[in-house]
Amino acid sequence: MIVTINGKRRRLDVAPMRRLLDVLREDCGLTGTKEGCGEGECGACTVLMDGVAVDSCLVPAAHAEGRAVVTIEGAAAAKRSARALQHAFVEHGGAQCGICTPGMIMAALPLKARSSRDQIKTALAGNLCRCTGYIAIFQSVEAALSPARKGARARRR
Amino acid sequence: MPAGASALSLARPRTLKAALALLAEDPELMPIAGCTDVFVGLHFGTSGQRRFIDLWGLDELRGIALVRPEPSEAPVLRIGALATYTDIIASALVRRRLPMLVAAAREIGGAQIQNRGTLGGNVANASPAGDTLPVLAAANARIVLRSAGAERRVAMGEYYTGYRTSVRQAHELITAVEIPPVAGRQWWRKVGTRKAQAISKIMMAGVRGPVVRIAIGSVAPTVVVADKTARCLSAGGTLAEAQALLGDEITPIDDVRSTREYRHQVAQNLLAQFWRETE
Amino acid sequence: MGRAVGTSVRRMDGDDKVTGAAKYVDDLSFPDMLFGATIRSTISCGEIVNTHIGLPPEFVVADHRDIPGANHVALIDPDQPCLAEGPIRHYAEPVLLVAHADRRALFGVEARIRFDYRERTPNYDPERSDTCFKQIAIDKGDLARGFGDADTVIEGEYRTGHQEQLYIEPNGVIAVPGDGQITVYGSLQCPYYVHKALVVVTGLAPARVRVVQAETGGGFGGKEEYPSMLACHAAILAIKSGRPVKMIYDRVEDLLATTKRHPSVVRHRTGVTRDGRMTAMDIDVVMDGGGYATLSAVVLSRGVIHAAGPYRCDHLRIRGRAMMTNTPPNGAFRGFGAPQTQFAIEAHIDRMAGALGLDPLRLREINALRPGDTTATGQTLGKDASALPVLREAVKRSGYKQKRRAWQGTNRGIGLSLFFHGSGFTGAGEVKLASKASLELTATGARILVASTEIGQGTRTMLAQIVADAMALPYSSIEVHAADTDAVPDSGPTVASRTCMIVGKLLERCARDLRRKLGKLTPAEYFTRHGAVVVTAQYEPPPGQVWDDQRYAGDAYGSYAWGCNVVELEVDPVTFEITPTHVTAVAEIGRAIHPVMAEGQIQGGTAQGIGYALLEEVVMRDGRMANAQLTNYIIPTPMDAPLIDVAMIERPYAHGPFGAKGVGEMPIDGPAPAVVNALRHCGFDVRAIPATPERLMAGKLKVEELAVESFS
Repeated sequence: MIVTINGKRRRLDVAPMRRLLDVLREDCGLTGTKEGCGEGECGACTVLMDGVAVDSCLVPAAHAEGRAVVTIEGAAAAKRSARALQHAFVEHGGAQCGICTPGMIMAALPLKARSSRDQIKTALAGNLCRCTGYIAIFQSVEAALSPARKGARARRR
Repeated sequence: MPAGASALSLARPRTLKAALALLAEDPELMPIAGCTDVFVGLHFGTSGQRRFIDLWGLDELRGIALVRPEPSEAPVLRIGALATYTDIIASALVRRRLPMLVAAAREIGGAQIQNRGTLGGNVANASPAGDTLPVLAAANARIVLRSAGAERRVAMGEYYTGYRTSVRQAHELITAVEIPPVAGRQWWRKVGTRKAQAISKIMMAGVRGPVVRIAIGSVAPTVVVADKTARCLSAGGTLAEAQALLGDEITPIDDVRSTREYRHQVAQNLLAQFWRETE
Repeated sequence: MGRAVGTSVRRMDGDDKVTGAAKYVDDLSFPDMLFGATIRSTISCGEIVNTHIGLPPEFVVADHRDIPGANHVALIDPDQPCLAEGPIRHYAEPVLLVAHADRRALFGVEARIRFDYRERTPNYDPERSDTCFKQIAIDKGDLARGFGDADTVIEGEYRTGHQEQLYIEPNGVIAVPGDGQITVYGSLQCPYYVHKALVVVTGLAPARVRVVQAETGGGFGGKEEYPSMLACHAAILAIKSGRPVKMIYDRVEDLLATTKRHPSVVRHRTGVTRDGRMTAMDIDVVMDGGGYATLSAVVLSRGVIHAAGPYRCDHLRIRGRAMMTNTPPNGAFRGFGAPQTQFAIEAHIDRMAGALGLDPLRLREINALRPGDTTATGQTLGKDASALPVLREAVKRSGYKQKRRAWQGTNRGIGLSLFFHGSGFTGAGEVKLASKASLELTATGARILVASTEIGQGTRTMLAQIVADAMALPYSSIEVHAADTDAVPDSGPTVASRTCMIVGKLLERCARDLRRKLGKLTPAEYFTRHGAVVVTAQYEPPPGQVWDDQRYAGDAYGSYAWGCNVVELEVDPVTFEITPTHVTAVAEIGRAIHPVMAEGQIQGGTAQGIGYALLEEVVMRDGRMANAQLTNYIIPTPMDAPLIDVAMIERPYAHGPFGAKGVGEMPIDGPAPAVVNALRHCGFDVRAIPATPERLMAGKLKVEELAVESFS
């Protein structure tokens, strides 16, 4: 089957019911997409399929046929806001151990500029983080999506 | 990791007609769509299924529209089986006609699950904790089942026959859910284990109009349509009388998520809240 | 003073983590690699009498007879076998190992192996156990006299459940065999613990064993001791097959088999005067150790030392015991016994206040430890004893007094907790560890050589900041070597809030030493003339620090961090659901080396504490976790996270690097008691956590009953 992965058309010879997650990690060497639970609960395996966030552990390879898949490795090239998100997650403490971070960033990617805290929470509701308590993640996304507001934290200190 | 994924077969028909023909030949095929339940079962090895038929590409099952199945009938809201929760949340039509379904859809999983999970899948999966099922039951929805030779409609109240079993025959597919106009105020509440990504401990959908309708999930092997309770309230009975009846209509159990006592108590509390808030 | 410490420099591992470039253990691969799986017991107590294996020859199978060295996981007591030889003490005890070149071939492999058992009756109740892993007694003053001075005696029993660390990356390792050697890469906190365990199991000389930490996706204590077991398993398979073996747990296995926080039962009997002075404290602590000793002795130790809370009391008796039960072993989890015992004392304080007719805040003010006071173990506190400052700051920031009055009798509640946490190993622990850290001069600056691991908390960045400032070099000129036992000295385990205060201090000493060596030369100049130079520092206790391990008395820790939480919440009267709306977290940590990361530790620990208080329940049925799935073991999602307002107070500790004390664990000590105290404010009597809606429904407070009980 033909899949466009991070902007490149690829021909993949894979069983249709394999998890997209395994195809990305094992066949494509894209190990930035993580597995935390295998049941669509933690969101660490989030990728975009035709611009829509999905848990790649719950997507059969067949469903990627003819689609455009973007993983964390291709995020910066695919969408301008990705770079800002990546920068902000480092700057504002949104990434600690980092295992949830690719999924968080992919889930935040469809958000529009200047999204509200509630919209951010809704977009990230399917992603679990155990390190941060989420607040620094919200602040990171806010800082990336509202560059004018440059993070409450910088002001505070 | 799913059991030897390479050993699993997947038929991928391009049209509904082709899908029904395949199913007529081979009713053992298990239909899949958004896979948000099926892949969990495969991952945990709880699903013994090995052969699947993929409906995800059948765009003809995606639409949300007002239709008139019978010329004499009022238009009904028809939601294609493959409509995702995200589609439902985004639909102005559903928001207007069936806001309680939008409310239920918003509380399912997270964005990733809402983007993939389908209404037809929620009905087909037949879990007593299926989030949309009380809404569909309270709205008197009917499930449209189609096979290669025929189409039939089954009222939600008659669709389930027991724990995870339904009247759907193996060669039939759920093609849509049809919801007649709902007269009265709609009310919905899910009580989950947390505020997102939660399986419900109990949920209630209610309609308060000329006829009261109440449906409850996670309190019995299937969604419960609380007819006696609703009739009592329709007939002007007191809340206390209705609560007592409700206690007899549900048969909750202890499980890893909650207790029988809690579900009993909260069912009655929810009934009171429904009644208070829809006055 | 330099420019890096106290500023939030860009974290060293940040860019790799946000781009997907960081390599966690499952992202690594080796030629010819096999995948390993563990076959576990399906009973809780008894023995295996027969084994039936129905696997084709392409599977590698190993059991205890394949262990070249000794069959135990080296930690404190040698009681836990690496692979069961017969006797079974808990469900999911590892018995056999299998490996195959195709990861998918291992799916469902356990169904092809069957054990015949002789079962015995398991015991799941720590209070009925006849096996005690550890007992501790702390006595201070004269208990009878203390009770004699009291106007009233107030009793209470408090219970906490298991808690799962729930790092998002499950446990995993890869063992790579070589010519009489073994190298293990893994997701782990303590490379030298794993090294020690591998030496015992493989029988190899220490120099033939190498452990390298891969990027680690969270630990929280859950990767303190368990990776030793897993590394030994992979090594056994690697040695038997002669090929690299990768073993990655899936979430269910990780939940079923690996360690959790110890459940506890704590009983208090407190003598108190009418005006609120605590004259006697009698405390009994029971912890459920699970099937093997693992770290129970030291978890209990930290638990009992913190059991009296941050309060002064001249006459006290504390008794603690860690008991065996037929459940998977419990182990390290952030806080390490202190969250359990401080939950009890803090919930007890609010009940006492209610009985005395005092505001709980007042009762805390009266009894809080002040500089010059002595703790339960008789440790005299220095000027950085900050109980009152954190309490006052939290009360002020949160508007506690006004909200406490305004919300009385409503479904909104506000409650507080006051707590402290000793930094570093307990008692003489650091002296015994004798940790070493090294610093190597490079052509451009310096390279840090320590076994202290980065598990998200910011080890690399924070240590580099300390070194940069102590050497007066830019932060960007400091590198950190991978935690690789072939290359770095044993700076001790990454646990016990010790990395900054203890290892950071060692590195500060190295840095000052190296700076002296450089004299007026730049690193480049010195390097050109003299080549690489390595300086090493070894731990020395601060002058005057004394600990008596027989009497459990003296200076239990070099220093303590102090915290106060105020939790605001709402209870839904329809569903008994509890929504924590706001948490004020004030922490006195000496010095925040990196304010963003320190704040991240406090927010993250607080959120875990909120989960512990309200959501997280390990449902044990017949000795096994019945809800071993992420969908049923409930941790907070982004929707559940309350706003957390963090304030850090800095009272420098003379023997910490730039004044820093520990920060990692303390934040989890406070949220749970503050939550139940806020619930008490709403009229709910909760003495066990998690405070689920189901428990709340059953626990509507009867105020009269409490009053009678207290003055009897």
